[in-house]
Amino acid sequence: MTKKTKKEKKSGKSDSGLIDITQRKFRWSDYLAEKIIKGVAFLSITIIVLIFIFVFRESFPIFASAKPAEHTKAASNTSDVQETYGEVTDQGTAEEVQETYGEVTDQSDVQETYGEVTDSSSVKSPSESYAVSDGSGYDDNQSALKSLASKDWYPVSEKPRFGLFALIIGTFKITIISILFAAPLAILAALYTASFAGKRLKEIIKPTIEMLAGFPSVVIGFFALMVLATFLQEVFHYDTRLNSFVGGIAMGIAAIPIIFTITEDALTAVPKTFYEASLALGASKWQTAFFVILPAATPGIFAAVLLGIGRVFGETMIALMATGNAAQMGLNPFESVRTLAATIGAEMAEVVFGDTHYNVLFLIGSMLFIFTFVLNAIAEFYVKGKLMKRIQGK
Amino acid sequence: MIKSFKKDIKGILIEGLTLSSALIIIAIVVVMFTVIFIGGKDQITWEFLTSFPEDGMTKGGIFPAIYGTALLVILMSIAAVPFGTITAIYLTEYAKENSIIAKTIRFAVRTLAVIPSIIYGLFGLGFFIKFVGTQMDETFLGGQLKWGQPNILWASLTMSLLTLPVVIVSVEEALKTVPRELRAASLALGATKWQTIWKVVIPGSISGIMTGTILAVSRGAGEVAPILFTGVAYYLATLPASLSDQFMVLGYHIYVMTTQSANVDQTMPIQFGTTLVLLALTFILNMSAIILRYRIRKKKTD
Repeated sequence: MTKKTKKEKKSGKSDSGLIDITQRKFRWSDYLAEKIIKGVAFLSITIIVLIFIFVFRESFPIFASAKPAEHTKAASNTSDVQETYGEVTDQGTAEEVQETYGEVTDQSDVQETYGEVTDSSSVKSPSESYAVSDGSGYDDNQSALKSLASKDWYPVSEKPRFGLFALIIGTFKITIISILFAAPLAILAALYTASFAGKRLKEIIKPTIEMLAGFPSVVIGFFALMVLATFLQEVFHYDTRLNSFVGGIAMGIAAIPIIFTITEDALTAVPKTFYEASLALGASKWQTAFFVILPAATPGIFAAVLLGIGRVFGETMIALMATGNAAQMGLNPFESVRTLAATIGAEMAEVVFGDTHYNVLFLIGSMLFIFTFVLNAIAEFYVKGKLMKRIQGK
Repeated sequence: MIKSFKKDIKGILIEGLTLSSALIIIAIVVVMFTVIFIGGKDQITWEFLTSFPEDGMTKGGIFPAIYGTALLVILMSIAAVPFGTITAIYLTEYAKENSIIAKTIRFAVRTLAVIPSIIYGLFGLGFFIKFVGTQMDETFLGGQLKWGQPNILWASLTMSLLTLPVVIVSVEEALKTVPRELRAASLALGATKWQTIWKVVIPGSISGIMTGTILAVSRGAGEVAPILFTGVAYYLATLPASLSDQFMVLGYHIYVMTTQSANVDQTMPIQFGTTLVLLALTFILNMSAIILRYRIRKKKTD
């Protein structure tokens, strides 16, 4: 009843004493449909919140080491440690992966980082490795917390150290290389498509780049590993075949479509009046493109680059396949590196549930999540606001 | 005279620079295609596509990986497409354009689109397997381990979260192409809002929903990171028979063969063959999505 009166009030605005034709009978089916649709629409928000909660929840125990009660609870779980990941997948999986893991990182200098480390604790004896971390788990968490800022990443040795520093440096190194490669290419190509290209050329360039966006990252990784690495080594003559340079270029290829698409959108969103005014003042086509259109779209291009960085930062498969996966500190682009995302991808499958190592991997995940979330938020709010202001001339 | 000539040279140079960047990108795509096609084309036989791997994956085909990929994308679409479509309907039909709710949902969708895929993997592990799965085991099976471990159901659900924004964006675009007059006409004839949506708006945007589905399937078929620890397996002798089984996937097969296998050189043809199959699959899917979308846009401008 109340609903009806509400409806009448709402529609009452339009009628002026005549019969109100907009007045409708209240229908339960319609009401329900609307509520259900609204509920489902909230799902995407819920998912974000859930991702926040659950990724952080699993990384939380590192910081909770001050509470011994928490720990005893964890210790009582030892009996069902059998559910470790390695065990579960053991249709020949764990062992085979174990045996061959060294192969991946077979550069001589890697031995001390990953190769050795995996050998010391094998997936086949999860209870053993758990016991190690469990017996002195309390101290373990604290020392792990302390070691986070160090530079050694030895996650599974006698005395595990989880220095994220080398991983963070590696990730940034690769991100910089790939953005230096991808951003100029993509932005210039977008400028060409938006200001110079004829209709026919446009219809070739845009779908081709859309196709590139559809390339699975594992395919780009495969291409980098098999072809690009050899090619670049022949051109530049460096020692390590897989390094941050190869990985950076490959990830740049993956980031090109994102940067291109958003830049192109931003460029075409610049009003035609800008273009016409510039031409009318006697500027040539390229001057208009470079000195009028490009500056007007800067915030949008900035957003494109930010999202490109986000893509590269979280890229896992290409990093796993083409970067060499050795946690090294140097700034030389021709050295192997290990990125944050690749570390999660490579080690999560071999880790013991609830272990410090497991928690640290989730901590890395939380870092990646926060970073991309913030990048996206900046791109969304700050940049868009600026772009609108600039284009509307306020 | 000389000045204008100089300017012209500059103009030509700059236009050439931008053109060559575009050409470089096109060249990268073409080279990647050609290399993978040439490397893999001899490998593609009916037998390769329909038989199991043999001799520790050094011989034989990739059938279980194809089957697993198909199963994964079907389950994923069942989860992602309805939810994505409904969200898009809410955004275009019910929500007011500038209301806080609509803005928040849009922001959430875009955030979902940029979250690294590995984070979805962690979420799948932490939420579906460790939380939901373990709870299910405790309540229904008395602690017996069945759902609390990686399997195809959790992998598909994880993947559906990843592809949700793809569906939402495509469907929204299609819904916007349905002319306002059609909605008005339907409402004027006495149809309710829901009837209008169900009988007029959705049929008018069915191609958009299809585009979204195809793009989501193509994305889901290619992604590996989210399923790394939520259900994919290195090698299985049998096909997955139930939702609680693990499965093989083309992308992961490529990754494993190239980096984790003992004899990378020996299996090179298989690697190229598998990559070509995956690339051809995503290529065909993307191509049809692009064509469909092109048609929708044309309809919009007509």
